[in-house]
Amino acid sequence: MQSQLPIYPEQASNFAPHVDALMLFITGICVLFAAAITIVIIIFFFKYHRKDPNAVGIPTHEDSRLEAVWMIVPLILAMAMFGWGAVVYVDYRNAPRDTLDVYMIGKQWMWKAQQPNGLKEINELHVPVGRNIRLILASEDVIHDFFVPAFRVKMDVVPGHYNTMWFRPTKAGRYHFFCSQYCGTNHALMGGWVTVMEPSDYAAWLSDSSGGSADPVVAGEKLFIEKACITCHVPNGTGRAPSLNGMYGAQVLLADGSTVAADEAYVRESILVPNAKIVAGYQPLMPTFQGQLTEEQIISLTAYIKSLQSQPVPAKGSGIAPPTGNK
Amino acid sequence: MHRTGELYGHFETLEQQKESATLGMWIFLVTEVLFFGGLFMTYTINRRAFSTAFGIGSNTLDITLGAGNTVVLIMSSLTMAMAVWSAQVGKKKWVSGFLIATLALGTVFLGVKAVEYKQKYDHHLIPGHGFDMRYRSAHPTAGDDLKELAREKKEVETAIKSDPDINYHGQLYFSLYFGMTGLHALHMIVGAGLLLWLIKGSFAGRYTPQYNTPVEIVGLYWHFVDIVWIYLFPLLYLIDRHH
Amino acid sequence: MSDTLPTPDQKLPDDHYLNATYGSGRSIRSWLLTTDHKRIALLYLCTVTVFFFIGGVFATMIRIHLLTPGGTLVTPETYNKLFTMHGVAMIFFFLIPSIPAVLGNFLIPMMIGAKDLAFPKINLLSWYIYVIGGCFVLYSFGTGGLDTGWTFYTPLSSVYSNSAVTPAVIGIFINGFSSILTGLNFIVTIHTMRAPGMTWFRLPLFVWAHYATSMVMILGTPVVAITLLLAGLERMFHLGFFNPALGGDPILFQHLFWFYSHPAVYIMVLPAMGVVSEIIPTFARKPIFGYSFIAGSSIAIAVIGFLVWAHHMFVTGQSTYAALTFSFLSYLVAIPSAVKVFNWTSTLYKGSISWDPPMIYALGFIGLFVIGGLTGLFLACLGLDIHVHDTYFVVAHFHYIMVGGAVMGYVGGLHFWWPKITGRLYPEALARAAAVVLFIGFNLTFFPQFILGYLGMPRRYHTYPPEFQVLNVLSSAGASILALGYLLPMIYFAWSMRYGKVAGPNPWPATGLEWKTASPPPTENFEVTPEVTWEPYDYNNRPDLGLSAGTPSPAPAHGDD
Repeated sequence: MQSQLPIYPEQASNFAPHVDALMLFITGICVLFAAAITIVIIIFFFKYHRKDPNAVGIPTHEDSRLEAVWMIVPLILAMAMFGWGAVVYVDYRNAPRDTLDVYMIGKQWMWKAQQPNGLKEINELHVPVGRNIRLILASEDVIHDFFVPAFRVKMDVVPGHYNTMWFRPTKAGRYHFFCSQYCGTNHALMGGWVTVMEPSDYAAWLSDSSGGSADPVVAGEKLFIEKACITCHVPNGTGRAPSLNGMYGAQVLLADGSTVAADEAYVRESILVPNAKIVAGYQPLMPTFQGQLTEEQIISLTAYIKSLQSQPVPAKGSGIAPPTGNK
Repeated sequence: MHRTGELYGHFETLEQQKESATLGMWIFLVTEVLFFGGLFMTYTINRRAFSTAFGIGSNTLDITLGAGNTVVLIMSSLTMAMAVWSAQVGKKKWVSGFLIATLALGTVFLGVKAVEYKQKYDHHLIPGHGFDMRYRSAHPTAGDDLKELAREKKEVETAIKSDPDINYHGQLYFSLYFGMTGLHALHMIVGAGLLLWLIKGSFAGRYTPQYNTPVEIVGLYWHFVDIVWIYLFPLLYLIDRHH
Repeated sequence: MSDTLPTPDQKLPDDHYLNATYGSGRSIRSWLLTTDHKRIALLYLCTVTVFFFIGGVFATMIRIHLLTPGGTLVTPETYNKLFTMHGVAMIFFFLIPSIPAVLGNFLIPMMIGAKDLAFPKINLLSWYIYVIGGCFVLYSFGTGGLDTGWTFYTPLSSVYSNSAVTPAVIGIFINGFSSILTGLNFIVTIHTMRAPGMTWFRLPLFVWAHYATSMVMILGTPVVAITLLLAGLERMFHLGFFNPALGGDPILFQHLFWFYSHPAVYIMVLPAMGVVSEIIPTFARKPIFGYSFIAGSSIAIAVIGFLVWAHHMFVTGQSTYAALTFSFLSYLVAIPSAVKVFNWTSTLYKGSISWDPPMIYALGFIGLFVIGGLTGLFLACLGLDIHVHDTYFVVAHFHYIMVGGAVMGYVGGLHFWWPKITGRLYPEALARAAAVVLFIGFNLTFFPQFILGYLGMPRRYHTYPPEFQVLNVLSSAGASILALGYLLPMIYFAWSMRYGKVAGPNPWPATGLEWKTASPPPTENFEVTPEVTWEPYDYNNRPDLGLSAGTPSPAPAHGDD
């Protein structure tokens, strides 16, 4: 569990060495300054200790150059800290393209993970080592936070929209995760374990486990029909709404001339706030499904719509932006 | 308590006393800007998120009454400024007259606001239990323009199609409407109280060219309350109106 | 043994502000209806001490509960209420008023040569507003408690919590006006009531610090007032400003909340820095090094402090551009604080340094504030914050600044000005020992928490994995020593009011105007309005202090190093 030096956790992700190096860099600078000031103060404290109760000190005049030095030097060091931290952060906020996506849903006071094949876990997350993992975080009630100390990553889980985070586990093993945004009575009990496995073990675990339920794509297709989405989003493009074939992952052309990338967030928004973005050539007719679908149902629908990527795109009746259009 | 503009014990000179009172009022008004500012910020962000519901809400406000009130308040700022000037040039009777005029105009404003609030109550637009943005157009009363109501009904129905949660978002609009205009009205009531106190003092002839600080600082306060309304009126009444 | 001049036996003045009768004999009425800034300061002293005690009791229970991973002292619900109420009591009802309302109220008029603040009645009103707000919050504590965290994040606080949120929110809302009126009073006073000759750059740095603090008070507090009001309304009337189920945005709450609550931490620390800026030149008996830089840095901290709030929100999913901006600005705000530390240290050079208790407290402040401030650099660092946000690292960081910094500054200030306020001295050796006990106890309590945080222990946890126990036990052990460090001054201060040696007007001696009048001062502060013709902290040109200016140790050599 602990690393040899019991002052920081194991390094089990691609970020961990960077974060630790950054920490050591900043610690070094801080120790330097703290030690310097402490030593100087102690020296002065003893060297200039008042001997004659009547004595006064010797005035030393203001020195603007000295002031400039001790403003500029810390500023330069601060910018170095800022810069390095920014680089790590930007990397963290921009997931690579080839990720394995897992949904993590937080609710008082448990975590539900959903693997790509629909397999569900509670308070556990199994991932393969060496792959880029992207977590899509949703909350069913209050704000939570998914935190894995060994990976040095965390992200708030906010009700009302998705947050995403990514990491690449670099060492097989079992690592604690915690909820780290106070969420009520059992906030401290809302943790679990991330199990990082060899890819072959992971694949075996995925297919073996009986804890799963229906493939989300199948569940999503059922919902698509049940909720009457299909009546407007006719696949051959003849309906009142654009066909969704091939849409996921493409650029969609909107009524105001702009384009938007059709990712999970776009799909979710289109279901819950359909008038936020209207596809070019279509009327704002779609009703909202806010309050009528659970997070898991939205996830299933998204999985189904993702699966339509490979379906033939109709010549007319699709919302996809033409490839030779303006940027 | 000083009655004739004497020096308070802890001040050295009358000049210092006046300077302090005036600076104090200015700083107080700065805090009020930040106070209302938080509400304005919340309103702006929510309006962007729910422009449909906010548009319908805005349409239910009576623009005639609102505009009329704006004129009334601007005139009251004029009479207030005249009261300050009168004190500065020693026209004591005019001080009382202008102060009374300001109070009267302020009262008219508050009366009109009460009428508007009552209207909202009748139309089931008070946030909470019973709130319903469709109520008005579905329940005509005598004297209503039926064509107007029909248009309203259509508008609300179109809005519901794109925002079925219009009653939730509409409640947001009206919470902010009552919050902002209510806070403003509260400040006006306090202002009316201050005016009554000034009027009493002006009858006693207290305000002279040498000593008119209370009139001046209440004037500052009154102008501020006026300026808040000048922002409130377009934000609440004028933006997103559809006809 | 003392580094202070041995003073001849003094007598207390016959009439002073404590025994003033206002013509009708001593009465509680003359205290509860006073407009004397000095009496109001003492009213505040009593009430902030009550809240410090309440918050301290909660902290004690927290640390005892955390001795074991299972945590069996209290239930989870109670634990969550303990840390929430500890935060609310300490931040809103102790730290924010402490130095400004106690020391600021007492000293600012005297430091500038005035008879009182600009608006004495509003000063009294501030205290009553504070008391009323405090009553609402105590009512909340007593009827079910509060378990939302002092940060009241929505929708937990506005929808899901089952605790007494509404009265607490009302109490904090009301208390905000106490802060606003105090700030307003200070700003006007400093502008308009300075004695002849007291120019801006002759003002004591304590006054500059309070001017900057007041700027923050008047600009920031109204925003949190309206935010808490909206959250309270949301809770009472099921509105949807911050509740996503009704279309609201919980992140909007966080922005509005932190817009005040970050500058609030500068309300807490700037006055303490002002205290240190008074103590150091006094007990080094020389002018402070870099006066204008220290004055300017207070203003800079106040201004830049308004621009960094979202560094509390780096992992909420805010845009990367926003995060970069706030991280950059957060690094900028560290620079003025560093400037102060360097200037204080430089003041000690070639000083005539006494080891009197206020100096020990001031140096303790510098030591602890340096650690606290430097650890802020870790948190401002985006890449690091991802890991340490919402862990015990943050808890350690802010306690270093607020307790190691602000509280130590407050206690040190009380030690420095106690002779002026009460006319009495306290036992020196005991006071020095208390300062050292505080310093050691504090480090033992909070330093292990940095490590705990980096190891991954989240904050606001009533139970934790067993591997975190050793550090938790260390921390709790330290807390017992820390508690002793606070109890000692309470005991000897109380003792000194009856049995302490009479101090006389200027026992240290110090150069401020407040020391030119009797101890305790008369109600009107000065018999005659002073006229200022000297620079601040100018020990070499103040023969009235009775020191041998001109034979300092070591041999005189003008000026800079």
